[in-house]
Amino acid sequence: MADAIAVRGLVVDRGGRRVLHGIDATVPRGSVTGLLGPSGSGKTTLMRAIVGVQVVSAGTVTVLGAPAGSPPLRHRVGYLTQAPSVYADLTVRENARYFAALHGRDRAEADRAVADVGLAPAAGQLVGTLSGGQRSRASLACALVGEPELIVLDEPTVGQDPVLRADLWARFHALAATGTTLLVSSHVMDEAARCDRLLLIREGRLIADDTPDAVRATAGVDDLDEAFLRLIRASQSDQSGEA
Amino acid sequence: MNPRILSATVARILRQLRHDRRTVALLVAVPTVLLTLVYYMYADQPAPPGQPSAFDRIALVMLGFFPFIIMFLVTSIAMLRERTTGTLERLLTTPLGKTDLLFGYGIAFGLAGAVQAVIASAVAYWVFGLETAGSSALVILIAALNAVLAVALGLLCSAFARTEFQAVQFMPVVVAPQLLLCGLFVPRDEMAGWLQATSDVLPLSYAVEALQEVGAHAEPTGTMWRDVAIVAAAAVLALVLAAATLRRRSG
Repeated sequence: MADAIAVRGLVVDRGGRRVLHGIDATVPRGSVTGLLGPSGSGKTTLMRAIVGVQVVSAGTVTVLGAPAGSPPLRHRVGYLTQAPSVYADLTVRENARYFAALHGRDRAEADRAVADVGLAPAAGQLVGTLSGGQRSRASLACALVGEPELIVLDEPTVGQDPVLRADLWARFHALAATGTTLLVSSHVMDEAARCDRLLLIREGRLIADDTPDAVRATAGVDDLDEAFLRLIRASQSDQSGEA
Repeated sequence: MNPRILSATVARILRQLRHDRRTVALLVAVPTVLLTLVYYMYADQPAPPGQPSAFDRIALVMLGFFPFIIMFLVTSIAMLRERTTGTLERLLTTPLGKTDLLFGYGIAFGLAGAVQAVIASAVAYWVFGLETAGSSALVILIAALNAVLAVALGLLCSAFARTEFQAVQFMPVVVAPQLLLCGLFVPRDEMAGWLQATSDVLPLSYAVEALQEVGAHAEPTGTMWRDVAIVAAAAVLALVLAAATLRRRSG
């Protein structure tokens, strides 16, 4: 089957600065792909291009066989922004039910999505009164509620309790097992090991696109953190060699 | 536009309003307090012979002002919040159409403005003895239409505001000239030509003229219906322009 996401020569400029310098990457269907990189490396911009809300300067982004952001994809792609984008003056349940309604789903599905992120006990609470971690889970519930084929999650596990974080990753893999594709960004390297595939991005350039095992093998170390450090150093010496 | 998505959006906006009890209380109470103020301001002023009393003249126009001013502000802030909290960006990745969102706001806050107009009119007619030759239902209709116009202008202006400070500044820019030139303070045909011309292109002038027609004539006049149509057309035009400024992709 074709890839869920195919990015070709993607160049993005934001605020007069080049943020992505010609990214080529693919994400296979039915997998959890990690998008790793330090803060400011272009992860969010790449995700915005994939969900079709980013103006791109050059290159193409194909999602589930259609150009990113085309109308039919809006039923098939779920997006979690980095800052929780839910209505603070609605309850968790009301937020989930609204986003469910946009996707033509009923209230029962909205309530299930709330339970899936462990927020059932707080379902009747206004989002504005939740903790930061709960608020981002409320936002996550709204991204999962339409059962999209592709789910793009920008740092979904920041600020979550370790037990809950493990639960969420188990949930992501359960979704992938049913054929859903997930692209999950993180700047925490211990989460990289939980992914089927990794995209490592730094300063707007892709420096690795492989499985965690292959990344370890290429770098010649077992620790992913150390492996990334070596890959970054190798890519820097390549660049200075070109210049 | 999709009826299911539109109605879900209207319900969502009204739910947000319902959770904000203090705003609801202010929406209901402020017009009553201001009408009381105007009533006592003019209580001792004699009415010119053969003309409506100052209170009748001013209160009638004020009933159209409240929803216009308040819904403009509420909408500008609500839409700016959608932009700054990221909910707008997220909504634009869902099946929701731009017109679903804009008409959703138009309907939800239009309803809120209509409720406000009903309460303010009830107070004006029953407590302060406001007298109009025409029907109070027409007064409420025009006030509700003003609310929709204000929502449409608020949605359009919020596209040009990056911060709450800027959004609030659009209030004096957009609303104040319309209040000053609408004919309440100086009759429009007594203004200098260039002021009259400005007044002619401001939609609130027509809303005020329509209210004055209801005040002076027992039956709805042709001028009133023409004015109502102009205000409605201005609201639709502002909504269309607002849709054009709403971009799914941003830089």
